[in-house]
Amino acid sequence: MPAKKPRVAVYKFASCDGCQLSLLDCEEELLAVAGAVEIANFPEASRRVLKGPYDIGFVEGSITTPHDVERIRLIRKECRVLITIGACATAGGIQALRNWKDVREFTRLVYASPEYISTLDRSMPIGSYVHVDFELRGCPINKQQLLEVVNALLNKRKPNIPTHSVCIECKLRGTVCVMVSKQIPCLGPVTQVGCGAICPAYNRGCYGCFGPMENANPPSLASHMHDLGMARDEIMRAFRGFNAYAEAFRKESDVYEK
Amino acid sequence: MKSRVINVETLARVEGEGGIHVKITDGAVSEVKVRIYEPPRFFEGFLRGRDYWEAPDITARICGICPVAYQMSSINAMEDAFGMKVEGGLRELRRLLYCGEWIESHVLHVFMLHAPDFLGFEDVLLLAKEKPDVVNMALRMKKAGNDIVALLGGREVHPINARVGGFYKVPTRDELMTLMGNLQWGRDRAAEAARLVSTFPFPDFEQEYDFVSLSHPDEYPFNEGRIVSSSGLDIPVREYEFFFEERHIPHSNALHSVRKGVGPYHVGPMARFNLNFEKLSPLALKTAKEINLTPPVKNPFKSIIVRAIETIFAYEEAIRIIESYQMPERASLDVHIEPGLGFGASEAPRGLLYHRYRINDDGHILDAKIVPPTAQNLPTIESDLRNFIAANLEMDREKLTWASEQAVRNYDPCISCATHFLTLTFEQ
Repeated sequence: MPAKKPRVAVYKFASCDGCQLSLLDCEEELLAVAGAVEIANFPEASRRVLKGPYDIGFVEGSITTPHDVERIRLIRKECRVLITIGACATAGGIQALRNWKDVREFTRLVYASPEYISTLDRSMPIGSYVHVDFELRGCPINKQQLLEVVNALLNKRKPNIPTHSVCIECKLRGTVCVMVSKQIPCLGPVTQVGCGAICPAYNRGCYGCFGPMENANPPSLASHMHDLGMARDEIMRAFRGFNAYAEAFRKESDVYEK
Repeated sequence: MKSRVINVETLARVEGEGGIHVKITDGAVSEVKVRIYEPPRFFEGFLRGRDYWEAPDITARICGICPVAYQMSSINAMEDAFGMKVEGGLRELRRLLYCGEWIESHVLHVFMLHAPDFLGFEDVLLLAKEKPDVVNMALRMKKAGNDIVALLGGREVHPINARVGGFYKVPTRDELMTLMGNLQWGRDRAAEAARLVSTFPFPDFEQEYDFVSLSHPDEYPFNEGRIVSSSGLDIPVREYEFFFEERHIPHSNALHSVRKGVGPYHVGPMARFNLNFEKLSPLALKTAKEINLTPPVKNPFKSIIVRAIETIFAYEEAIRIIESYQMPERASLDVHIEPGLGFGASEAPRGLLYHRYRINDDGHILDAKIVPPTAQNLPTIESDLRNFIAANLEMDREKLTWASEQAVRNYDPCISCATHFLTLTFEQ
């Protein structure tokens, strides 16, 4: 008797939608994936909602409102496996820049009637509120990695997602190091691979879309950036990007803020 | 007093988080709210203090479907502040990048987000079971658009190659020519798609809109032009804020834009089409005329046909640019920072996208204003809902709810953009 197809749900919090779109961007594989799972709750793509519980929940976006805190707790109960996708869900996203500021001031800047807006002080990753079974990094995620995760789940094995630095990918790709050859500051040495090391291949430095690699060494890189002539505030901003609130990057940007 | 409520808690097949709430009292529509509960992210707040060159990378993250639009509008604004003008091959490459995004976004909307409504399917995957050839064609068309963005931009979502002054790296002619086969194929499929969607059943519903878009003397607008309207407005981009303003509405985390002293207006493909029809490319024009789609188009449900025509244009324009491409000598102009204000606009797939920045001597952003197309359309969406429901009160509840959601989907709303955005309950 064929096993039942796993029921999949896709949820969105504070985010740009780019990571969900990555699933719809798997143009060649989409129908095959749709055939292997039951897409039970995916508002971006479908009006149809099958009630939970679900086998796999993909979560995009960070938690930024009291309502979302309640919502993620319910979602955690509804999903046997919870997978966060993208920098917003894994690290709080670029909107975590509010965590260093007074969000009430931001609200007043953007909204004429701030009392209409309900928001938290901080933009936090999903993992700050509930247990996460697996996280897919990236801004956006890499759609091949997404397919690998789906495949792994369907075949009951661990996803094969590397955690080494972007530097290894540059070497594999044959890209000459931009920092060594052109003195272009690059976060590659401390950033997890996943994008395919695109930026150095396009003559610019990595800006950290996939967040800190395992055992990253930001103090060493920051010191080298200083030797390249970067000012302290520039180094701070380099670490305060799309994964600003990830611990290794956060600590380093704080050092250079002083 | 008898009243009933149409409430769609979560709109499906739109980008972002929103719902609609409509109250009908004594046979008249008494309340219409497009509730945008997509959480605000405060881009205009945290852009302060960042470098000018980060604006394209950071603002791209406002939207995963239209990042190129944000990159182009922010770059236009910065180049305006610094008195720079990008011309020649670099200008053409920017248009090419935009073609890629329009193709990807329009095909996504037409086939995956909107066509299911017209054909009675809840989603494209159910449609795929009945008509796999159509869906496979759509996916391949969408990929052709994404391939342009991946090649020229580095990757499909949040491309990395566009910068103030040009690009970090320009492609060779050979690299661009690898796209040609799929683009020519896609152009022909897009013409078939336009014919196909023109046969959909369209509700008989027309409105008088104040259409607003960029307009350029020589080309269908992407990145350059004056802001014009169907009511006679014709202004440079830098005067936008004299004529348009944002309002903060309690039920929406997205601001609503109105024309000062006038009211709601309509941006997007229908606006561009109605205001720039003669500038469309040959096959797009020919196909539009063949299916009897010529300005003025005032039925918002027909926006799906307009998007299909624009998709033909985007393929033709991409082919034209690649055929005449000569690799520029330099990937980017030199940038000389000038403190002051910069104003920029471009035509995102969903319509006019306006950016304004104030820059200091160090090239840091002092403040930012970003007005996305969906925020500009929100008052019009609410007006459409009010008028459409009022004209269809006898429709049964399930049909009316679905039709109301579709009335919102006509605008292909991008709610994450609109926010820096369906359960029917009856009460009787």
